[in-house]
Amino acid sequence: MDDSVAESAPLKILIADDSNSDRLILNTLLGRLGHHVIEAVNGQEAVFLFRSKHPDVVLLDALMPEMDGMEAARQIKQLAGERLVPLIFVTSLSEAESLAQCLEAGGDGFLSKPYNQVLIKAKLQAFNRMRLMHQTLSDQRDLMHVRNRQLLEEQHVARRVFDNVAHTGCLDATNIRYHASPLSVFSGDVLFASPRPAGGMLVFAGDFTGHGLPAAIGALPVAEIFYGMASKGFDGGDILSEINLKLVRILPKDMFCCAVMVEADFAHNQLKIWNGGLPDMWLMRSSTERFILPSRHLPLGILGAEQFKADMETVRSQPGDRLLLMTDGVLECTNNEGEVFGEQGVRLAVEHAGSESHPFDALMDGIRRFTGRQKFGDDLTLCCLEMVDEAGFAVLPDNAVASTLAGPTQWKCEYEIQGRTLGEFNPLPLLLHICMEVPGLRRKSGEIYTLLSELYNNALEHGVLELPSDWKYTSEGFDRYYSERTERLDRVSGHYIRFSLYHELSNWGGRLSCVCEDSGRGFDYKSHPVLQATEMVQSGPRYGGRGLALLKRLAKSIRFHEQGNRVEVVYDWYF
Amino acid sequence: MVDTPHLDEEALAELQDVMEDEFEMLIQTYLNDSRERIESLKAALNEGKAEAFAKTAHSFKGSCINIGAPRLGQLCREVEKAGRDERLSDIRPVLDAIEAEFQRVTEGLHTLIARGVG
Repeated sequence: MDDSVAESAPLKILIADDSNSDRLILNTLLGRLGHHVIEAVNGQEAVFLFRSKHPDVVLLDALMPEMDGMEAARQIKQLAGERLVPLIFVTSLSEAESLAQCLEAGGDGFLSKPYNQVLIKAKLQAFNRMRLMHQTLSDQRDLMHVRNRQLLEEQHVARRVFDNVAHTGCLDATNIRYHASPLSVFSGDVLFASPRPAGGMLVFAGDFTGHGLPAAIGALPVAEIFYGMASKGFDGGDILSEINLKLVRILPKDMFCCAVMVEADFAHNQLKIWNGGLPDMWLMRSSTERFILPSRHLPLGILGAEQFKADMETVRSQPGDRLLLMTDGVLECTNNEGEVFGEQGVRLAVEHAGSESHPFDALMDGIRRFTGRQKFGDDLTLCCLEMVDEAGFAVLPDNAVASTLAGPTQWKCEYEIQGRTLGEFNPLPLLLHICMEVPGLRRKSGEIYTLLSELYNNALEHGVLELPSDWKYTSEGFDRYYSERTERLDRVSGHYIRFSLYHELSNWGGRLSCVCEDSGRGFDYKSHPVLQATEMVQSGPRYGGRGLALLKRLAKSIRFHEQGNRVEVVYDWYF
Repeated sequence: MVDTPHLDEEALAELQDVMEDEFEMLIQTYLNDSRERIESLKAALNEGKAEAFAKTAHSFKGSCINIGAPRLGQLCREVEKAGRDERLSDIRPVLDAIEAEFQRVTEGLHTLIARGVG
């Protein structure tokens, strides 16, 4: 709106005066100034006309019969509500007290008799400016309310969409404790956890640069990739590479995601961790034994695929170990003096936690004490994962419904990976995916994955790489095992691992036969204790006792062929 | 009070300028209303209604000031105050003065109109 035009635009003016001659003068004066005049002879009529004609300005005589100007002013102001309608008293009153009463009744100003043309014109202009300014402010405020409401609605919708993609996964498992605000995604924090098909868990925490929707947008693909790949059996490193690649592609240059990936293997009691830019993680073994796991990588979304290193650090753990991870919001908490909580605060809270208290509670209490606040901001995410004994611990509910016979039922597939690919590619998700096309197998994904991964890992680590499994049972051997593993993976040219999968249907269900053959020298399966004994023995040169025992439990039969480098497993499922 | 003129020539000239052709109608309206108001004042006085008297005197005063009859306005102010203070006995002589002053204003305004038309 052009203000200069608006200021000189004709106004609709209501005048109320019981004196005919005075009204005539005022009407003529205002008419000459170009305004449109509505006349009332008393207060009551003035209120009535105000209601029906919505004038811009009101000129009121203070003393009138029926209803005097004071009362009319009160009613008109009430009717006007938030609208500013300048209300000017025309009066020959001169006592200060009477004038004050006019203002108290809602009057905005005075015009005294006799009327003066110049003064009236100037006053009307001044009041009209005030009116327009008020109008502009009200409009802007209303617009702001509308925009704000829209923004909140949008966030609400975004939140719902986000919840569908980035559900909390298995964060509610009994071995996980966490704090994450429901709106944390709008401050850039994400926290996901997923069970792995073969047991164990993956936990991912991320902290995007920036705030609001831009920070939340990056979280969607991360959630999708994490949950999608985790459920298909991909390991933490593969998922990190994929997330990194995606973020490099979609995020603007100045945006990235500090992150932690944790792969918890309860069966083998080991943790694999990757920390790119988030605060140190703490591994708590007892009230005195603690390990700090600092960031060793750049955040996600910075390095291209060639430079990006998704190597996860393997840490041996014990049941009862607790891993504490957090986003920067924890370190950035401030107290009333403006000091930050910092690494020092975390250290103090963790180190002074008694043997009885859970480190998660200790840190939460530490933050509360430091900040003096009970409530945390949206940008503070904290998670504690406890290593548990696998026995009796189930995070993956068997919620899949037995399905119809749709899908492939009779098929054969052969898949062989060779040479360097052995060190670079994990074929398990692909193989699992093929098997999962069979509806009857789909609800057995955990068992199938376990079966395939035991076969593959044995073929790779003991068959091709010839790593002795008993190394893993001492802590020096454990480190040696993994450094040798990395080293030997560089020397696998000429080697191969071949899977032959065959599936057929029967009248009671179906049978999956799986043959895994490797290029290694094999082993003396004929004298293997687990294969000989009916009791399970927890050791052995190849097929660590546990692995073979697991296969024996899951499969209908296991047979070794050739010199022990070809294994055939038969798995039955029932309708 | 003695110095206050019967008619404010300057104010009347401005009114004439603003009202143009409607000036004569304005004067007639004023004179009719004033006659009615003087009758109302007399009735209120006779009936002893001090508050009604004061209100009418106030309105009368306003229109006198606006039309350019300041001395009549002055007299109205006097009776308005007396009415509000409920000094009805003080009013009678002033009311007579108002009637006399109104005659003078009427004549003056008629002369003005006759002059304006002529």
